[in-house]
Amino acid sequence: MPLELNPLEGHHAEYFQYCARGEFRLQKCNACGRLRYPPGSACPWCAQADFQWTPVEGRGTVHSYFEVHHAIQPAFKPFVPYLVLLVDLEAQKGVPTANEALRVVGNLVAADGRLAPAELVSRVGIGSRVQMRFTAIAPGLGLPQWQIDESAPQPRPWRYQE
Amino acid sequence: MSRYLRDRYAIVGVGETPYRRGAGMSTRALATLAIRNAIADAGLSPADVDGVMSYFWVQGDSTFTPAVAGDLGIRPNFYIDVQGGGSSTEALVGIAMGAIEAGMCKVVVIYRAMNGYSQVRPGGTGARAVAPIADDMLHTRAYGMQTAAHQFAFTFMRHMHDFDTRPEQVSMVKVVHSEHASNNPKALYRNRVSVDEVLSSRMICTPLHLLDCCVESDNGTAIVVTSAERARHLRHTPVLVKAVVGRCNKPRLDMHYQHGPITTTAGAYAKELLWPNAGVSPEEVDLTGSYDAFTFTSLLLFEDYGFCGKGEGGRYVSDGTTRLGGRRPSNTSGGLLCEGYTHGMSLVIENVRQLRHDADDSCPLSSDGRRRHTYDHREGGCRQVKRAEVAANLGWAYPGTGSAMVLARG
Repeated sequence: MPLELNPLEGHHAEYFQYCARGEFRLQKCNACGRLRYPPGSACPWCAQADFQWTPVEGRGTVHSYFEVHHAIQPAFKPFVPYLVLLVDLEAQKGVPTANEALRVVGNLVAADGRLAPAELVSRVGIGSRVQMRFTAIAPGLGLPQWQIDESAPQPRPWRYQE
Repeated sequence: MSRYLRDRYAIVGVGETPYRRGAGMSTRALATLAIRNAIADAGLSPADVDGVMSYFWVQGDSTFTPAVAGDLGIRPNFYIDVQGGGSSTEALVGIAMGAIEAGMCKVVVIYRAMNGYSQVRPGGTGARAVAPIADDMLHTRAYGMQTAAHQFAFTFMRHMHDFDTRPEQVSMVKVVHSEHASNNPKALYRNRVSVDEVLSSRMICTPLHLLDCCVESDNGTAIVVTSAERARHLRHTPVLVKAVVGRCNKPRLDMHYQHGPITTTAGAYAKELLWPNAGVSPEEVDLTGSYDAFTFTSLLLFEDYGFCGKGEGGRYVSDGTTRLGGRRPSNTSGGLLCEGYTHGMSLVIENVRQLRHDADDSCPLSSDGRRRHTYDHREGGCRQVKRAEVAANLGWAYPGTGSAMVLARG
């Protein structure tokens, strides 16, 4: 989808370059061993800088979401209503404290990688199990997105009701 | 703020421009008008003011101090213009107190001027909607997560999931504030709305309908801060600052959702400073100004600052407590949802007038120029809270960043 990007720097560029190769990698702190998200210049738990880009499984559970009915960005207007998900990764859930997790934002997409149509949107809410896939966003840059994890048992999701 | 500054500083002047959509004024002119009104309200002249502070949200949405001070003949001994939103008013009051305490200046005016309708709209439309996406924004904007509504929505939705908070309860924030606005001649939207009208207004992004979102308006607002000692000699009953918390945060400012519960907001941390420093508890507060950029923000603030238990915000905002005539009225001007959007300064201004027992409603003026309040809160009537002695202003920038202040009638 047509989004205008500024040139990326440093660890931001690396994160999305891995995504372009179909790999989801996060920074793993050399000092304390924790993964961090979003990408940053130092470890939020021990403040040390040295890390390794480490493969992480792109699987998780929807922790929260919202459904946009009135799009502000022109690139998204054709896809209304679209879902924005906040997904708890399975990896490092509840670490270092019970309330912490690696929570990754993404859209719900269909099998073809496009933003999910209404019938898919209505199947997903808090508690849904999702898996990551990648969409090309610019040359050499990929964007992680989420699709329904058809291999996982799905609870009845919580969805906004009036 | 440590306890020894409690009651040692006061807000002595408040002023604003009309709230308009299409003011036809620059932010520079809005600023100087609001400041002139606030200084006159204090019974001072520009020559008496030697500290100036302001905030802007987006680069270019305000005019900085040099032009504004120059236009008014103010020579600052101290000035600062900072980037910030809804947590800034309280934070700047605290910094003003510190600057005065340090002998850097004596009398500070704090202003916020914005053409939120005619120029940079807080809703994020216009040029900002198509701005190129850079660096860490790729983790949000590239997914169509850009506006304030989007940035807060994960918290709101999870709250409804965790606590069964109902849309009808949330909509009551707008209903109540609209009743208050109907008694505020200067409010932009003075019509009273019902729960049905809020819920049938178009959905913007779940769980927010159009009427769950604050207005966008052109306005300037200003307040004057000085020592309690100096305040005694000025025009109005001083409104004393009992405590301030400024730009207090949850962990993980880079993306606060990484540290849950995501239904807990900055107030949970800020309250640990606010109430001990103020020497009062939420029960002793007579009225509040709870940041209502959206209905839901107001609700969350009441929970996290301890006016009710976590998860009870839906009940708190819909059981009559926050209505004029109720136990602890809130946003008596109609707030950001109805009066005008100021990034929060208007909520402080309203509570200053309330604590002076001088709310600017349509009650009759006596010969001394002060209003004779009837306390009849019917539509178009009185807006004054009876026996208002202690107020709390709860500010909000993000779920993870907030501010607050306790004010008391001097």
